[in-house]
Amino acid sequence: MAVVEAQVTGGGAMAALRRAEPVVIPVLALLAGLAVFALFLLTQGQSPAAFFGYVWQGAFGSVFSWMNTLSRAAPLLLAALCVALPARLGLVVIGGEGAIVLGGLAAGALALPLAGVPSAVGLPLMALAAMAVGAVWIGMAGALRHYRGVNETISSLLLAYIAIALMNHLVEGPLRDPASLNKPSTAPLADGLQVGMLPGMEVHWGLAFGILACILAWVVIERTRWGFAARIAGGNVRAAEVQGLPVGRLILGFTALGGACAGLAGFFEVAAVHGSANASLAAGYGYTGILIAFLARHNGLAILPVAVLLAGFDASSGLIQRRMDLPDATMQVLQGIVFMAILMSDAAYGRLPFFKARG
Amino acid sequence: MTEFPAFPRRLAAPATLSRRNLLRGAAALGGVAALSALPGAARAQSGLTVGFIYVGPRDDFGYNQSHAAGAAAVKAMEGVTVVEEENVPETQDVQKSMESMINLDGATLIFPTSFGYFDPHILALAPKYTDVRFQHCGGLWAADKHPANVGSYFGYIGMGQYLNGIAAGHASVTKKIGFVAAKPIPQVLLNINSFLLGARSVDPAITCQVIFTGEWSLAVKEAEATNALVDAGCDVITCHVDGPKVVVETAAGRGAFVCGYHADQTALAPEKYLTGAEWNWAKVYTDMVTATMAGEAIPNFVRGGLAEGFIKMSPLGPAVPEAGRAQFEAVKAEIEKGGFSVIKGPLKDNQGNVVAADGEAFLETDPVLEGMGYLVEGVIGSTS
Repeated sequence: MAVVEAQVTGGGAMAALRRAEPVVIPVLALLAGLAVFALFLLTQGQSPAAFFGYVWQGAFGSVFSWMNTLSRAAPLLLAALCVALPARLGLVVIGGEGAIVLGGLAAGALALPLAGVPSAVGLPLMALAAMAVGAVWIGMAGALRHYRGVNETISSLLLAYIAIALMNHLVEGPLRDPASLNKPSTAPLADGLQVGMLPGMEVHWGLAFGILACILAWVVIERTRWGFAARIAGGNVRAAEVQGLPVGRLILGFTALGGACAGLAGFFEVAAVHGSANASLAAGYGYTGILIAFLARHNGLAILPVAVLLAGFDASSGLIQRRMDLPDATMQVLQGIVFMAILMSDAAYGRLPFFKARG
Repeated sequence: MTEFPAFPRRLAAPATLSRRNLLRGAAALGGVAALSALPGAARAQSGLTVGFIYVGPRDDFGYNQSHAAGAAAVKAMEGVTVVEEENVPETQDVQKSMESMINLDGATLIFPTSFGYFDPHILALAPKYTDVRFQHCGGLWAADKHPANVGSYFGYIGMGQYLNGIAAGHASVTKKIGFVAAKPIPQVLLNINSFLLGARSVDPAITCQVIFTGEWSLAVKEAEATNALVDAGCDVITCHVDGPKVVVETAAGRGAFVCGYHADQTALAPEKYLTGAEWNWAKVYTDMVTATMAGEAIPNFVRGGLAEGFIKMSPLGPAVPEAGRAQFEAVKAEIEKGGFSVIKGPLKDNQGNVVAADGEAFLETDPVLEGMGYLVEGVIGSTS
């Protein structure tokens, strides 16, 4: 497309500008959001310079800070994909939390049956089980949408509550390890079934798989015919149906794919962090994933920097609390303002004179 | 962190938009030079840096506030720097928070105060930072299983619920009392059983209805449970959830009496508040910090009750009758002397199984109680 425009407008520079638009606008919006937040800090009698200094120090200022940020980003990458993949079909799925929780539960439930199995067999089985459960869970929201016309936003959110209740019931009842007294959990994973850290880093393997999944998601959406079909259906369902595209299968496939990503995030939470499934699985990653996917405009590659940025905010939150004596809600205010700024910046596409073809 | 992200719970301290603040902020914004001086260098300090981590907001009128009050007492000590973080979930986040306190603030004594921080999070970090002492609230530290730089401490607050029960027994007219509980785990079950047994020491006909909300902090369900208990005829309500504020205000609003938990909730319902079982972390924490500064080792496994000052009772409210005050004070003195058992035979659970034979008694220190899995006879409710 860019090539065509370049020919029309008669210059490569113009094409580069066109391509820069989807990057420049969100960055400007981010800066505007930070500026508004700085004003908010001033109303509270706090120094924005100190604040952003601490954010830098806590999120990116040292090797430790980077490890902190990246390990927080790991589950968010996969959680964001659960929103971003169906979104390209025009579906707003916000219940990824449920798939994370149940994916983790599925992995934890396999701890006992797989106790003596070598890790090369056991870990893939656990991961597949987690992805299958996640795929079914979010796929259900897709199926309800396609077959019954139920709004997928509402159904996926309600399914998340059901998932958490189901997890609590199973962890406190049939799947409870009798030795877990005051924090009901499934039986602890055998040593061979635990996922370790990336070589030379203090971040678990979930990060590598998250990055890989984001890249794959981008390739699927932008470079395959299924992705093309999904984008067409996302643009106009009627037109896609008229063209003979299998809209129903696309909806089921992409919601299931998103759910599988979230389920995989749950697997890593259990196998790399907790060592068993329990109520801590419902940590809100699924909801942060919504924020990230929207900020990244549902683009797999854009999810990478956005997730790192939000994870960095999160990583520095403790330092802000400790050094500036601000409550932890401060970071939520910042995230909210940035979110609003970037959403509002949608209106700026094609309107900034800078990006307009002259003549 | 299980709910859908709501509007920020609290904003920063009261907004004071004065011209001076604006100017000061603007000056800071302009002064980029300040940036290099501010965060980079570790804080200048000579004494001990102590970190506190809370799972919820530190002004929740409950569990987290009780620990924050303890932290405030430590903060007032000479030569101690206190760093705090609130709303830290029981995920890898808490590992990173602890590491951040160690690496960036130089903390060498850390109190991660939520039960779920222990396994796997503290246990994962402790071997890596052997110079740091991790003091965990509620865990069951064992020498053969856990690192030497980890300690656990807790208080026998079930005794406080027994005293709550005595006050409730005297105040109740309907002879039905209610308990809003988070999860059917041993600590909570012991509190429910103690509350009923305290009330039955006043009148053996009293029953206690319990409703489990399933979550440590879920305001809507706590309010629903409280209303349901009052609708069922309960006229004294207590609870074991992280923040009792909702239960106390809802119950008092419906005209029921309330017994508090975790912290003093008198201010929320001055007329209806009978008494409350409170943590006294200020004493526990200042003792531990004093010992650390003196170079003494804190024992790895610490427990204490009313006598040791680990727990205390809220002042009795105006609604407790004279007879109730007398019995309350007498039993309290008895407990403080030591050797008092709440769980003693003959005692059955509410399924009819014998849990303590005639003549059998469990002291508050008995580890058997930390694995409790039943509700005693007279409690209406089920553990599953």
